[in-house]
Amino acid sequence: MDLQAIAFYVLSAVTIGSALMVVTARNPVHSVLFLITTFFTCAGLFVMLGAEFLAMLLVVVYVGAVAVLFLFVVMMLDVDFGSLRSGFARYLPIGGVAAAVLLGEMILVASAVGDRGAAVTTHYGASPYSNTEQIGRVLYTDYIYFFEAAGMVLLVAMIGAIVLTLRHKPGIKRQVIADQTARSASNGMRIITDVKIGQGIDA
Amino acid sequence: MTFSGALSVALPELILSVGILALLVVGAFVGDKGTRPVALGAGLVLVTSAAAACFGPQGAAFNNGFVEDQAAVFAKVVIYLVSAVGLIIAEPWLKRVNGSRFEYPILVLLAALGMGMMVSAGNLISLYIGVELQSLALYVLAAFRRDDPRASEAGLKYFILGALSSGILLYGASLIYGFAGSTRFTDIAAAVQSGAGTGLIFGLVFLICGIAFKVSAAPFHMWTPDVYEGAPTAVVAFLTAGPKLAGMVLFARALANGFPGAVEQWRQVLIAIALISMLWGAFAGLAQTNLKRLWAYSSIANVGYALVGLASGTQEGVQAMLVFMTLYIIDVTGFFACLVALSRDGRPMETFEDMAGLFKERPGVAAAMTIFSLSALGMPPFSGFWGKVYVFKAAAAANLQWLAAIGLLSSVVAAFYYLRLIKTMWFDPTRGTTDASPLDARGVAFVAAAFSFPVVMPALALIDPLSKAAASAFGLN
Amino acid sequence: MNAFLLQYLPILVFMGIAAVIGSAFLVAAFTLAPRDPDPEKISAYECGFNAFEDARMKFDVRFYLVSILFIIFDLEVAFLFPWAVSLMKLPHNTQVFAFWSMFTFLFILTVGFVYEWKKGALEWE
Repeated sequence: MDLQAIAFYVLSAVTIGSALMVVTARNPVHSVLFLITTFFTCAGLFVMLGAEFLAMLLVVVYVGAVAVLFLFVVMMLDVDFGSLRSGFARYLPIGGVAAAVLLGEMILVASAVGDRGAAVTTHYGASPYSNTEQIGRVLYTDYIYFFEAAGMVLLVAMIGAIVLTLRHKPGIKRQVIADQTARSASNGMRIITDVKIGQGIDA
Repeated sequence: MTFSGALSVALPELILSVGILALLVVGAFVGDKGTRPVALGAGLVLVTSAAAACFGPQGAAFNNGFVEDQAAVFAKVVIYLVSAVGLIIAEPWLKRVNGSRFEYPILVLLAALGMGMMVSAGNLISLYIGVELQSLALYVLAAFRRDDPRASEAGLKYFILGALSSGILLYGASLIYGFAGSTRFTDIAAAVQSGAGTGLIFGLVFLICGIAFKVSAAPFHMWTPDVYEGAPTAVVAFLTAGPKLAGMVLFARALANGFPGAVEQWRQVLIAIALISMLWGAFAGLAQTNLKRLWAYSSIANVGYALVGLASGTQEGVQAMLVFMTLYIIDVTGFFACLVALSRDGRPMETFEDMAGLFKERPGVAAAMTIFSLSALGMPPFSGFWGKVYVFKAAAAANLQWLAAIGLLSSVVAAFYYLRLIKTMWFDPTRGTTDASPLDARGVAFVAAAFSFPVVMPALALIDPLSKAAASAFGLN
Repeated sequence: MNAFLLQYLPILVFMGIAAVIGSAFLVAAFTLAPRDPDPEKISAYECGFNAFEDARMKFDVRFYLVSILFIIFDLEVAFLFPWAVSLMKLPHNTQVFAFWSMFTFLFILTVGFVYEWKKGALEWE
């Protein structure tokens, strides 16, 4: 068995094991940590397939940003995880059926691939360009329509996040430095003369 | 095709995108005071895009990622105009809820852009991006009243089940890509022609399931009643019209352009989905007391009828689907416009009890709702009847008489709840006065009711050749 | 074993060594260290406090907003990597096209950024 095979089996064993731990771990924080392990080992598997760029994206975006957001939620949200877990046994049969269907599907697909081969094969090594560069050569020219549309999807996400979560507390005074420095004696000060006795000043 | 040629083919979407960016900047600087101008601008952008789709050049652009043909034009004109009507309905509602907000018209525009991309998709990637763009905007719209726990719940449910369906869709798309070697529909069709293996068929089934989720066909309808009930009525009016047509056209596009060599396979799946949708929509609707839930089930059943047309697998069937959906969304928009127009003591009227004796209070609105109910029930001479005639004729021509018969049966079952609504409005004792209703929503309702009958007769003479030309673009026989 | 994967060999070796050393210390601590627990020893120290309540509590949704906006711009940056790698190696007219295609994309997100800024989503009142 060569090194590549060993690396593959170790990575996939850790992926499956930690994915299992994500759903079975008692403590949700541990679940997220196992999820991060899963992301890392998946990135390793992507590298072995020659998909370097995807592997690095998985680390940068999923581990770096998405997993942090998940941790944020499970560590700080006021949810009783014990009661959430109580449905586990009840949903196990139906979840098991869904998982079994998917497993059967994967086996069928794998056997179909073994039988007549998938149409898409990896060409890494053959191409003079690195994986990232291969993507770059088509994404901004041939696939410009999808690329700009992806920009619009990100824009929706931005608007949605703000519409749903942003709320300003009323009556907060902010420091506006430009206003402060632009203030001068003429508009910041008023000289009052002629105050009648016993009448006060109308501000 | 040169790049400028590609841009001119995609002109309607280009106008929408530029309009979205411009209105977003305007709204950001003016704030919520600018809601009305932004909404007017959004309506203008939608109408301009519809005109651009109508009169602009046709063809395939961006390596077949974007296809502008008769079918896309037909669907786009309907979708953009009905989205503009959705803005009119939302106007009084936006004013009534605290803090009318300028993001609403912009999100409607973004959803319309996604729908335009869906009906023009010529590639699995543009299919997915279009679906996501439309769905993301709709999730936010459903939860737009974030202080209302029911709306938040609706948005959350919609989001989670929608994300699940997107996952299923992506799984199918990746299987298809893996076995066909391309994401382009034309290449997939070629791969299917040279022998559709198990892998491709699995991918196809997953793809159908994913899109069925988006058009809320049973058994993938679970989100529909809850979202319709929880989301604001003006939003429901929008999300029950355009997105359904876009999803159905996407169905036709993906199946007819990508899998013309596997018609027998996808017909079977569609027949099953259509059958379950019609029956489930009819029987589950019987138990409802909330009108929004009721019309959610009604929409499930109606999507089932439209799928009967598609399941015929013929050009006539696709035409029937287009006609049926067009007539249906006019009906449903009118009905929800009535619901937006009605309130009692500032509270929206949504249940059967609220509607009791409505005819004595608001004869106009009650008459309009009666027309929409009769039309949805399929009573001649209203528009819903003609839609069903098209669908059942196409089904019979494709040797699906039994499916048409079951469709008729479920219409008879569903007739019960529509008639119950009419009886409640006309004969039950009234529950007190209703608030003054906004003119815009009432106007939309009356126009839609007039369309339902008698305008539908001359309109069909116009819609028939247009939808025929649109259906021929899919190249089925 | 091909040349491409050989580039990653150092990382593999590093992960192997890290795993061995990490687990060696854990195993050593478990097996070699003397352990003799009693209730007093493992309870909180005299003047230390027991935990009052669960560490989880409701927190301001603004934290969320910031991290979601961060993820969006993170994704925007992810689109920049292949562009930066490939742009200069493209033929000239394609290069100009790819340049403006990226700037259109950045423009869309900048409009979003202007919206964010004007809405005050970036301010921490």
